[in-house]
Amino acid sequence: MLVYSLYLKAGDNIVMQKTALSVEEIRQDFPILKRKVGVGGSKTLVYLDNAATTQKPYAVINAMNEYYSNYNANIHRAVHQLGEEATFAYEQTREKVAKFINARSTDEIIFTRNATEAINLVAYSWGRRNIKRADTIVLTEMEHHSNIVPWQILSREKKSKICYLGVDDQGYLKMRDYERALEKEAVRLVSVSEMSNVLGTILPLKEIITRAHEDNVPVFVDAAQSVPHLPVDVQRTDCDFLAFSAHKMLGPTGVGVLYVKKEILEEMPPFIGGGDMIKEVHQQNVIYNDLPYRFEGGTQNIAGVVGFSAALDYLAAIGMDRVRNHELDLTRYALSALSDLKDVIIYGPKNFRDRGGVISFNIADIHPHDLATIMNEHGIAIRSGHHCAQVLMERLDVAATSRASFYIYNTQEEIDLFADALLDARRIFRI
Amino acid sequence: MSDDIYREIILDHYRNPRNKGRLTDPDVTIHDSNPLCGDEIDMHLKVEEDKIKDIKFEGRGCAISQASASMLTEMVLNKPLSMVKNLAKEDILENIGLTNLGPARIKCALLSLKVLKMSMVKYYTDKDPKSAGDFRDEAVKY
Repeated sequence: MLVYSLYLKAGDNIVMQKTALSVEEIRQDFPILKRKVGVGGSKTLVYLDNAATTQKPYAVINAMNEYYSNYNANIHRAVHQLGEEATFAYEQTREKVAKFINARSTDEIIFTRNATEAINLVAYSWGRRNIKRADTIVLTEMEHHSNIVPWQILSREKKSKICYLGVDDQGYLKMRDYERALEKEAVRLVSVSEMSNVLGTILPLKEIITRAHEDNVPVFVDAAQSVPHLPVDVQRTDCDFLAFSAHKMLGPTGVGVLYVKKEILEEMPPFIGGGDMIKEVHQQNVIYNDLPYRFEGGTQNIAGVVGFSAALDYLAAIGMDRVRNHELDLTRYALSALSDLKDVIIYGPKNFRDRGGVISFNIADIHPHDLATIMNEHGIAIRSGHHCAQVLMERLDVAATSRASFYIYNTQEEIDLFADALLDARRIFRI
Repeated sequence: MSDDIYREIILDHYRNPRNKGRLTDPDVTIHDSNPLCGDEIDMHLKVEEDKIKDIKFEGRGCAISQASASMLTEMVLNKPLSMVKNLAKEDILENIGLTNLGPARIKCALLSLKVLKMSMVKYYTDKDPKSAGDFRDEAVKY
């Protein structure tokens, strides 16, 4: 398998491999990177929309194909061989996930459809039981809509309040707002993204969680942008809840993960009722299944979880430290390339070490959608719009931004092409 | 192809929009946005004798959406409401000279037409439910 060959090669030349990714080898593993796009298919794809979703290596595509071709069966209740094999693959992925984020137990790992569903699960199950009238839920102005709307739905029902921690002009969280909120409000939950999908800002999670725990307030971490790009350790940060999506880390769409500390999870009522989440069902009563199955009602996305397993192997073989270092290199390079251009506004921290591989920007009076159209003709995929973060857009007082975001297969040459395309956009807009 | 889209006339209307602003005493005001782009358009209309006596728009968004709105206001000012009713998306795309837009960007070009048709729904709602219904059928197309 390609993953292992990559891993073995790393062993051949340890000194070099520790410092840099062999990006050219990695790129060979991603069929889509050979795709031609643009006018008449004249351009090789430059994919810089990784914060939205990443591309998939052969290992992931083949694993799903293998499942459907060789051992497709429903999990958990089958006695036959295929069912056992499918169950093994599914549950083995849960172990890999637990290891990937350093959870204490696989009981703490629940598969969902995506990070959004994981947040909704907690808002519905934990939130409805624990959030009361006039309680406050603390969010930040940087949150994705997925970490706002579920809490708004809950707050409307419970007549609770939402308090937003501000973002300063450099794109950092205003920690003084946090202290003030904890002092003045009846804070019952803090829910923050570890890394902003717009600004790239990486939050001081350990500090936020330690402070919340002093007041016995649990912390939910929206890790959709962090788990794919940074080493994440739930025991080190001691977060209470954490959510992320497989498709942003080489895996297929339709699979998300919710981590919840076991002692909290044990007290949570079910979210989706149905098959597989029960032990016994009678006419008038039901006994729910053990953790974590209690929260996985109905047939799960087995093929997706199997594909995710291969994605986790792929990233583990590279090592998340090296993923992070590669993205730091690209981010530094891209920030420097953008700063050299006139009329460019870059949002978020100037210091590349404080941010992930996400750069939001605007250039002169070119609207991000016009810029994305021009980029598209160069074969460059960037994102434009409000990035599901309208609260932040209002704070920044912009309607939209353009966003380039990187992953393991991106190169400095691609950033050069991106910078050249920006020059072309200036020419087209007669700037 | 970008050079074909962002022609001088589009950039001119984007940077110097016509009929931009508000009316002091509009008969109808309608707002809509395009969730894909976040483009926003507000249309303010004054109607007299079944004609668009005055029209202004406010908005923010991409060059295509804003230029299209600007050009649309010029197109319908002082024109009878029957003309607005018959306006089709092809007329708009031809007017702004963008007949080759992809499915994502075509919504930008047609947002202002949608808002204009919605304005007519609101205008006719109490006066003439049948016309309101006709315009509603039109507006939901975009």
